Amino acid sequence: MAALLEVRDLQVEFRTRDGIAKAVNGVTYSVDAGETLAVLGESGSGKSVTAQAVMGILDSPPGFVTGGEIVFQGKDLLKMGAEERRKTRGDKMAMIFQDALSSLNPVLSVGYQLGEMFRVHRGASKKDARAKAVELMERVRIPAAKARVDDYPHQFSGGMRQRIMIAMALALDPDLIIADEPTTALDVTVQAQVMDLLAELQRETNMGLILITHDLGVVADVADKIAVMYAGRIVEAASVHDIYRAPAHPYTRGLLDSIPRLDLKGQELYAIKGLPPNLLAIPPGCAFNPRCPRARSVCRTDRPPVYDVTDDAGRPLEPPRGSACHFWKEQLHDRPV
Amino acid sequence: MTDPSEAILQVRDLVKHYPLTQGIIFRKHVGAVQAVDGVSFDLNRGETLGIVGESGCGKSTVAKMLVNLEQPTSGQILYKGDDISKLSGRALRAVRRNIQMVFQDPYTSLNPRMTVGDIIGEPYDIHPEVAPKGSRRAKVQELLDVVGLNPEYINRYPHQFSGGQRQRIGIARGLALRPEIIVADEPVSALDVSVQAQVVNLLERLQDEFGLSYAFIAHDLSVVRHISDRVAVMYLGRLAELGTDTEIYDHPTHPYTQALLSAVPVPDPEAREGRARIILSGDVPSPADPPSGCRFRTRCWKAQARCAAEVPQLAVPEHLVGAGGPVEHPSACFFAEDMAAAGHSAP
Repeated sequence: MAALLEVRDLQVEFRTRDGIAKAVNGVTYSVDAGETLAVLGESGSGKSVTAQAVMGILDSPPGFVTGGEIVFQGKDLLKMGAEERRKTRGDKMAMIFQDALSSLNPVLSVGYQLGEMFRVHRGASKKDARAKAVELMERVRIPAAKARVDDYPHQFSGGMRQRIMIAMALALDPDLIIADEPTTALDVTVQAQVMDLLAELQRETNMGLILITHDLGVVADVADKIAVMYAGRIVEAASVHDIYRAPAHPYTRGLLDSIPRLDLKGQELYAIKGLPPNLLAIPPGCAFNPRCPRARSVCRTDRPPVYDVTDDAGRPLEPPRGSACHFWKEQLHDRPV
Repeated sequence: MTDPSEAILQVRDLVKHYPLTQGIIFRKHVGAVQAVDGVSFDLNRGETLGIVGESGCGKSTVAKMLVNLEQPTSGQILYKGDDISKLSGRALRAVRRNIQMVFQDPYTSLNPRMTVGDIIGEPYDIHPEVAPKGSRRAKVQELLDVVGLNPEYINRYPHQFSGGQRQRIGIARGLALRPEIIVADEPVSALDVSVQAQVVNLLERLQDEFGLSYAFIAHDLSVVRHISDRVAVMYLGRLAELGTDTEIYDHPTHPYTQALLSAVPVPDPEAREGRARIILSGDVPSPADPPSGCRFRTRCWKAQARCAAEVPQLAVPEHLVGAGGPVEHPSACFFAEDMAAAGHSAP
């Protein structure tokens, strides 16, 4: 079966005054219906830019997609005309943004904004759209939806606003939802509510979900598979269980080790040394080499491709795994440097 | 390292209400936002007290009062026996020198038009007795070195640094006057995971080196556990529970603490099946109109009539006095119990 969404070798660059920033540099991933892919990375790793390119909402200029394919339900989105693409977006794929307060229009009621989806995409009448808006609010469990449909965004709490964003994304029953840090701005108790709601809606509708986040805890809770990004590239892709059990890339190892752990209280936290690279001057070879404990001379000259991670007998793994590290085998078995 | 007998800062019944007014010419008081409403705790010399809670619980307001940026409505903050909110002039300046703050957002808490040297050296303008004019530059460079930045960066501007480096600058400024207490309000929340660990390590190293006491305010419970000796849990302007890190994290007795801890995602996919999670319903009530009695009762699955009528005090609950072990610690709940030990699970 073909995947719901396949991104192949995507390239995005930002043409700035200071030079060309390669924000996305050959990203490949896929999501099936009903599956949750977590894209994990720090700020500047290109995880949000990839999503924006998939949605077709990249700020252009300065951002340009310069290569690759984005195949959604068998069609390359990058080859579509603007009108066809606009119809796909919203109808078949939708996005949830991090900051609900700045993503909602403050001068329109939430009912109007929710109903807009039906008026624009479905040609519904005002009255029908309003009724649909109430229905949606009930679906994301906003209490007293009927009474609150004419309220404005500022009258809702952060968690409720994020529910409205989810309702808006769900409005037209999309096949794919991209959630960009949907709970980063929320408190943990509210985060738990929102993640639960998303998981439940996903079970109901069998949609594919791309979850963009930097929170290793959230990922472990909900993801089926993970793509770890660093400096515009995927450095490791694997199922959630494999990656937490034994990472095959030193960067993933470093991220997992820098989580405070109970048994290590009182000791120093492991910290990846140095800083993420400047995208205007990505180091040659492996972008992670200046910070990597395993770096050798080959890492400074040769850019590692995404190697297929195999078992000891050299057979490919199921589900497949990839690591962009010359020494993935040593990392996988955690051999000393 | 920690000497529990010596409290360097004692907070007693701290209250901060922000008045709500109506009308333009005749301003009428129509109520108050009860941001902090009766908080008491001690900060001991050399220890780290973590203060956790969700947004709006009043933890940042407490931080501001600790460094005297806000005046409490009532209550006391005793620094070595003196109430800092009653001090003025020279005495206040001396106290302020010893209690410094590190802010959350390294992007907005540094003046973009000042060089790093001016930012870190500015405290010396107010407290010239610490560093005479001639020695300032050397002192600032020493501080940069202490927080792990190149001393040659002294003439650079904040925008030339990354988030983690800026937070180091903020920490260096906090250290400039050699304070005894540092109040850190979400010092690592704005940082990336890999950089967060560097800053947490730096804070711990500085504590050992200079014998600092930290009031460490954060919403990230795993970071707080890592760094804290004791932890205070706040909910809607009051303390719900107070204890050592083991008491709070392994044997929480207040329902709010239990719910809060269960909501924290665990970075282990093997643990996600069969994890008992308490999903709280609803939102935090408005601090302008908090519930009577126990403030958590509107979201609590244990709430009974008594919870609405009486305010539970932060003390070891009567039925747990003499229980011994980590369960016996202050918890502001009439029905406090150790969930793991009692074998209960929340609905």
